[in-house]
Amino acid sequence: MIEHFSLDGKRIPFQPGQTIMDAAMQAGEYIPHLCHNPEFRPRGSCRLCVVRANGRSVAACTSPAREGLEVESDTPDIQADRRSLLQMLFVEGNHLCPACEKSGNCQLQAVAYYCGMLAPDFTHLYPVRELDGSHPDFVLDFNRCILCELCVRASRDADAKGVFGISGRGIGAHLIVNAPSGKLGDTDFDPHDRAAQVCPVGAILPKHKGYDVPIGRRIYDRKPVSLVGDVADHQEDMS
Amino acid sequence: MREQQAKKVRVATCSLAGCFGCHMSLLDIDERLIDLVELVEFDRSPITDIKEVGPSDLGLIEGGVCNAENVEVLRAFRRQCKTLVAVGACAITGGVPAMRNHYPLHECLDEAYVNGLGVQDGGIPNDPELPLLLNQVHPIHEVVKVDYFLPGCPPAADTIWTFLEQLLSGKPVEFAYRQIHYD
Repeated sequence: MIEHFSLDGKRIPFQPGQTIMDAAMQAGEYIPHLCHNPEFRPRGSCRLCVVRANGRSVAACTSPAREGLEVESDTPDIQADRRSLLQMLFVEGNHLCPACEKSGNCQLQAVAYYCGMLAPDFTHLYPVRELDGSHPDFVLDFNRCILCELCVRASRDADAKGVFGISGRGIGAHLIVNAPSGKLGDTDFDPHDRAAQVCPVGAILPKHKGYDVPIGRRIYDRKPVSLVGDVADHQEDMS
Repeated sequence: MREQQAKKVRVATCSLAGCFGCHMSLLDIDERLIDLVELVEFDRSPITDIKEVGPSDLGLIEGGVCNAENVEVLRAFRRQCKTLVAVGACAITGGVPAMRNHYPLHECLDEAYVNGLGVQDGGIPNDPELPLLLNQVHPIHEVVKVDYFLPGCPPAADTIWTFLEQLLSGKPVEFAYRQIHYD
């Protein structure tokens, strides 16, 4: 049986059991998100998909759709909250777009463009983080990790390897690699792993092809994320 | 004619810890520079070589804050300019110069002036005229209030032109999707 809810006044059909995000994606409606990928169990951690459903703020990726629900997403106040979240993500890491190979193919940038963020004008934390170049094909740049846990979920659920994990809490939370040395090169991580293709930012980067596609001609250089979708769906454009 | 000239918007610009790339992008508006000089006159700027900023309507700041002189110049701009704009990635995030923030300052100086490749009889410059370096490079909004941000490395000439045109005509500042990029 097809039921419906409304998203910013549009009628969205859904099957019982679908989340607000599932139904919106299926209907081609964009709700900003970074930690969500329909392949994996929703995590609800980035909070960018928070919408107002019947007046209550809920994460669209973890909240079931319900008949007659009135969902607001693209409103000035919700977009302003999203900009603040994005600004916090930017200042908590070291997101140096001009010096990042992922620039233009980066979903953090893309969502920030979509939400109208001109600058992360909070106090920059400039955390000191490691770079792991131990793997022959991939580099891990922890400076750019936003803790979306997509690589954690992909490696565990799709690749059955469990290469990645999150350790620590709060501001101390950080990505770790499942090896006694803590180095990616000492795991069975492989370029064909799903975990190698889901990072929305420049934290898990393939080596040797950083600028094969020049800056200015990349996925989000031309069109907004609301039209072209997640970077994980565009692997062919990046290799 | 005289009256029209008196109404010109006074613009001051400077590059702090930047590479002058944003200024190059301003010049890159090409023949629109002719339209621009009809609307504005320049106060302190690399274009005029005026050394001290005077009362201005608009201040364009390129580069982040890396030393004591940057702080002084930035504060003078804030005092003198009605509207202050952070232009480019370095003014907004610290940018490439802020990559030194991951290392203690003395390590950076040692690397450049003492242990660097090809350095002979090295020593850290200590002329009293040299501005003292800050421990870290900061975006300008951490030092003064900033009214507008123009991202990009550099912001495209079109973006700068759109911004100036809309601001000077009193319209709300709005950009097309492709005019805003952080790289």
